[in-house]
Amino acid sequence: MLSLIRNAARPTLARAFAKPAFATASLHTLPDLPYAYEALEPHISGEIMKLHHSKHHQTYVTGLNTAEESLAKAPSVKERIALQAALKFNGGGHINHSLFWKNLAPTSEGGGKLREGPLKEAIVRDFGSVENFKKEFNTKTAAIQGSGWGWLGYNSATNKLEIVTTANQDPLLSHTPIIGIDIWEHAFYLQYKNVKPDYLNAIWNVVNFEEAGRRFTDVAK
Amino acid sequence: MAEHTLPSLPYSYDALEPHISEEIMTIHHKKHHQAYVSGLNAAEASFAKSQSPKEKIVLSAALKFNGGGHINHSLFWKNLAPSAKQGKGHGGVLKDGPLKEAILRDFKSFEAFKKDFNTQTLAIQGSGWGWLGLNPHNHVLEVVTTPNQDPLLSHVPIIGVDIWEHAFYLQYKNIKAEYLDAIWNVINFEEAEKRYLEAGASKL
Repeated sequence: MLSLIRNAARPTLARAFAKPAFATASLHTLPDLPYAYEALEPHISGEIMKLHHSKHHQTYVTGLNTAEESLAKAPSVKERIALQAALKFNGGGHINHSLFWKNLAPTSEGGGKLREGPLKEAIVRDFGSVENFKKEFNTKTAAIQGSGWGWLGYNSATNKLEIVTTANQDPLLSHTPIIGIDIWEHAFYLQYKNVKPDYLNAIWNVVNFEEAGRRFTDVAK
Repeated sequence: MAEHTLPSLPYSYDALEPHISEEIMTIHHKKHHQAYVSGLNAAEASFAKSQSPKEKIVLSAALKFNGGGHINHSLFWKNLAPSAKQGKGHGGVLKDGPLKEAILRDFKSFEAFKKDFNTQTLAIQGSGWGWLGLNPHNHVLEVVTTPNQDPLLSHVPIIGVDIWEHAFYLQYKNIKAEYLDAIWNVINFEEAEKRYLEAGASKL
């Protein structure tokens, strides 16, 4: 079975994106949000969540399906190479946003709460403290020059948690994604305007540390 | 070393309405462009003090990003003008003259040029700018795009359009195509022609 992502994601996520090389019929679909559009208020507005999910993420899904359809029909190496940018952009957009919705949760459902456990221990071990971790994450993510994502990623070569950033809709490949934060302007602008740090401070209230903990224990040695 | 400063807009913040909102123009100029100016000054100050090639190389990203942001936005404000349609200025009007001739020569029609420009600009995968640029080698007008805040280096900038989400999102949300249609009403073709003629002169 051809897998679009190998080392960098949970097995279930890999299966969700894996398609046989010859398949043209099965389409990617927009995953439902695990909560209502307004559920992350006041930290992320319902207006943003609705546009972000039903318009932006949907566009990546549609674009990915189109690109894969073209790829299946492409008769030459050159044409397949020409399609790589569309596959990476739309495929990355679909992967990243699918991870994103799941690593957010309403505060009423545990969003923002990092319980004692393997993930918290690893964060304290690798960053000194949870506060230091958030500070470093926010600094590196705010420093992205353009559109992109900030990640807490697990480095399986060193068994360490690290903060990594990716550009545009590039998927995180060098690490296993534990927490991803969208820093494209569409993710925050309607509510936070140019004040990125306010968004980055607020979003910690709705990070789903339980999902992050699951991703971590799935891969950590 | 002389510090860079935020240039004033050639018009008021609400002058490009209804095509670009006052809210966007205010934040875009006072916050985003100002941040590039401040960042450029800081980067240049660090650069002046830097001791080694390695340190200078480390600073190059900040210089390119903030320097490019300052260059691009400075060009942008000048190639916009209140719209003639609203009776506020000459924005959106391409008079007969050398620029119009060159556009017709290189794109066959103004509509074809606009379509090519909007299609290529819409297709940018991330943040960036769409440009009408003059290719200095063959003196042909071409549509070019640049990512993030990279300045346009391969061509002489004639018209630049900001397609970073901060340039349109508050008004147009995810519908980039509507922003790109609307902005043609406030493109300052007089400034564009001035740049075109200046570029032509320097070719000789």
